[in-house]
Amino acid sequence: MATSMVNEIQLTKKDYKGRPSTLCQGCGHNSIASQIMAACFEMSIQPEELIKISGIGCSSKSPAYFMSRSFGFNGVHGRMPSLATGAIVANRSLKAIGISGDGDTASIGIGQFKHILRRNAPLVYIVENNGVYGLTKGQFSATADVGQELKYQGTNPFLPVDICMEAVASNCGFVARSFAGDPKQVKELIKAALVYKGTAVIDIISPCVTFNNRDESTKSYAWGRAHEDRLHDVTLVPLRNEIVVEYGPGEVLTVPMHDGSMLMLKKLGRKYDPADRVAALSLLEQARARQELVTGLIFYNPDQPSLQEVEDLIHVPLSQLPDELLRPAPETLEAIMADYR
Amino acid sequence: MKRERVGTAEKPSMVREPDQQIVNDFSIVVATVNGTGSQTANMALLRSLFRMGVPVNSRNLFPSNIQGLPTWFTIRASTREHFARSESTQILVLMNETTYEEDLAMLEPGSVCFYADHFEVEPKPPGVICYPMPVKDIVREASPPKQLRDYMTNMVYVGVIAEMLGIDLSEIQLALETHFQGNPKPVDLNMGIVDQAALWARENLTKEDPYVVRRDDKTRGKILIDGNTAAALGAIYGGLTFAAWYPITPASSLADGVLEYLPRLRRDPESDDATCAVIQAEDEISAIGMAIGAGWAGARAMTSTSGPGISLMAEFAGLAFFAEVPVVIWDVQRMGPSTGLPTRTSQGDILFVRFLGHGDTKQVMLLPGNMAECFEFGWRAFDIAERLQTPVFVLSDLDLGMNLWMSEPFTYPDEPMDRGKVLSAEDLDRIGEFARYRDVDGDGIPYRTLPGTNHPLAPWFARGTGHDESAFYSEDPEVWTRNIERLWRKMETAREYMPKPILRRGDTPEAVGIIVYGSTNPAVHEARHLLAEQGLPTDYLRIRAIPFTDEIETFIREHERIYVVEMNQDGQMRQLLQLEYPDQAVKLRSLTHNDGISLTGKWVADAVTAAEQN
Repeated sequence: MATSMVNEIQLTKKDYKGRPSTLCQGCGHNSIASQIMAACFEMSIQPEELIKISGIGCSSKSPAYFMSRSFGFNGVHGRMPSLATGAIVANRSLKAIGISGDGDTASIGIGQFKHILRRNAPLVYIVENNGVYGLTKGQFSATADVGQELKYQGTNPFLPVDICMEAVASNCGFVARSFAGDPKQVKELIKAALVYKGTAVIDIISPCVTFNNRDESTKSYAWGRAHEDRLHDVTLVPLRNEIVVEYGPGEVLTVPMHDGSMLMLKKLGRKYDPADRVAALSLLEQARARQELVTGLIFYNPDQPSLQEVEDLIHVPLSQLPDELLRPAPETLEAIMADYR
Repeated sequence: MKRERVGTAEKPSMVREPDQQIVNDFSIVVATVNGTGSQTANMALLRSLFRMGVPVNSRNLFPSNIQGLPTWFTIRASTREHFARSESTQILVLMNETTYEEDLAMLEPGSVCFYADHFEVEPKPPGVICYPMPVKDIVREASPPKQLRDYMTNMVYVGVIAEMLGIDLSEIQLALETHFQGNPKPVDLNMGIVDQAALWARENLTKEDPYVVRRDDKTRGKILIDGNTAAALGAIYGGLTFAAWYPITPASSLADGVLEYLPRLRRDPESDDATCAVIQAEDEISAIGMAIGAGWAGARAMTSTSGPGISLMAEFAGLAFFAEVPVVIWDVQRMGPSTGLPTRTSQGDILFVRFLGHGDTKQVMLLPGNMAECFEFGWRAFDIAERLQTPVFVLSDLDLGMNLWMSEPFTYPDEPMDRGKVLSAEDLDRIGEFARYRDVDGDGIPYRTLPGTNHPLAPWFARGTGHDESAFYSEDPEVWTRNIERLWRKMETAREYMPKPILRRGDTPEAVGIIVYGSTNPAVHEARHLLAEQGLPTDYLRIRAIPFTDEIETFIREHERIYVVEMNQDGQMRQLLQLEYPDQAVKLRSLTHNDGISLTGKWVADAVTAAEQN
């Protein structure tokens, strides 16, 4: 689509733009920001009805660089999930994108990461994963490869945390991995995540061009390009659109999303069913052993209730309730007082 | 059945004439083991006294333990409504064999001891009137179901005391009905033991002590409630829409209270859906994070915790202060540092909370001093937080939060909710511009828009990083300074919205003024009576909020000597007052005592007297 085109709510791509990025030239995070803007434009999301929440770090700066017409909250390190949970419970009509990094999620924030998944709060949880602390000038993160070399810290002796495996283990119902060098897939996964009713985790390998882009690093562009192994070709067909692409029989797996959209997973090299949790764990283990960058929708389970459903909340956003629904009538207090006499 | 009267045979009979009786004025201490159902027994005694019109309150001194360690429950009946802890015990109930020796040691001559007769009380303290209670025999005769027997032994002392003091058994019955919410089976079982025990006492004990209960009308219309329930109700009537919490003594029962009353009070009449969300978080960091996220998005959000939770919340508290997000945090204080004494009371978080957050942070604090204020500040805290767009900390403590206090019934909020300076899409259309942190009104309080406000001018980017008026990132020193100066201006404005202090003084000031806040108030109230009796009249001021208001400065200036009474080591409130009024610093004397046990009137009076002699 050209920038002059408007989407279904008569907005142009410009309406989804952010402030100029201050991240390094070529940073994977900038590419992801572009795909968030593109996904939201194509999904015709009203920017003011979307919130961008983040923690601390290079990744967490990036919400400033997309969708200036959306509300944002750049909070404290590792605590994006709690801020997001409160905000989306307070106003259930909001769409929410959380941006985190590997330090923000896999180190200081691993507790909140696991617990937002346990609650299944509606949030697109993007981890911009580069295996390194950039803002503090290049320390190993918890997702750094064992044996990874860094300029200042030397060799990393510890095994990495696999964010997707942690997500599957925590019963997350939407677990995806992608690569910042694969913009189309990133965009389609974000679109699918935006219509998922609970927490959707997308672990995106997003190279740090300054501190961790040596060809042998599994978080580098070169390595990603050489080793990316797509599980399938992902296309989200929104509710309003007709499915126009024709697929041959058995060629595509169609996943119905909560709002009636269809996620089309076109088979590539292998047969893979993202509904199988054991298969997902096995896939991740094999990918680790073979050092492959397996991308696509790794696990999908629409059955777990979202936090909104569990809370049994009124459909009007809590933030918009009129006073008379907030303050019980005087006679109720009198009745309670009688109980304490 | 063992029927000898231990410990009284050697003394002459002391049956009192009516003029020698002490009516409705005593302190009962019940020494039991926790986890044995003593709460049922103690509540039955307390409620019966209250409903007979006797002013009472209670304190539970309990261990950080589930079952098997000593617990002391105090009931203080006071016709003068002196509800501080009493230094002397008039009536002791010994049910715990492991502590009876030290328990007995606190008794003075003339006081009374009821003891379970299966352990030996020897030697008897001189002059103490001792009544045995054949607890095991009475329970055996009443033969409750075996599995309940251990939980019902405590009802024996209820029956014996009721008989010996003159508490109506019908009131005990009603109190048990309240306790068991009308469920007849446990009421009957427990009442069976009470009746049996009362009958035994009637037939076997001779009254030799002066303490009696007589019906009065001093509790008419009043309620008996704990501060955490009061706070929970206040929050619900304050329009709470989001609460996140993590279990911690002594704050958990505040969240319990919210959960208990929400279904009844806060469902949409049409859909029956909840109008408030409550989430038990994975820790206190997450709890305050959720509350801040909700407050930012327009909820009336709160969290409730105690000292260790406050420590964890420090970083987020600074963020909410700096990003200017309304949120309410209840700190039901307990004894620190560290895990400290988790089931003991203290006022040790005053300084920490006032400056909670690194860098230049100042937090607004409310300081309830009774049940009515726990309720009032429960709702008012949201109005203040949204008006000022800042965290509001309400500092209660274990003594207020978990003990039952007598109170006037709560007053329904007499002001409409203040949602503060929030701009809608229509407002933005009309105004045509918006900058989140611009001081439009000169009071330091900017305007805000809520996420979801559908107007291109509405969105802004909340952040803990340096920001300009439009909420854009900025490292410009001038921008930083201007913003902090505005925040300080806002904190000046905050004074207008703070509850004023409570003052007690005559037309001309006395030489001595006493400043107090929170749960130490009853001790000061009683101390002022004692001091007046000793010929030392005092004036009184109770602080109810920080930042301070002008009345506090005036009070300090017009008195020669000021005693600031509090439960922490270094006089934290005194330090805050000295910071605020440095030229008055030498007049401010600190009277502190901090061992986990609430202050007594006598301690305060003695401390003032001693200080006055220096």
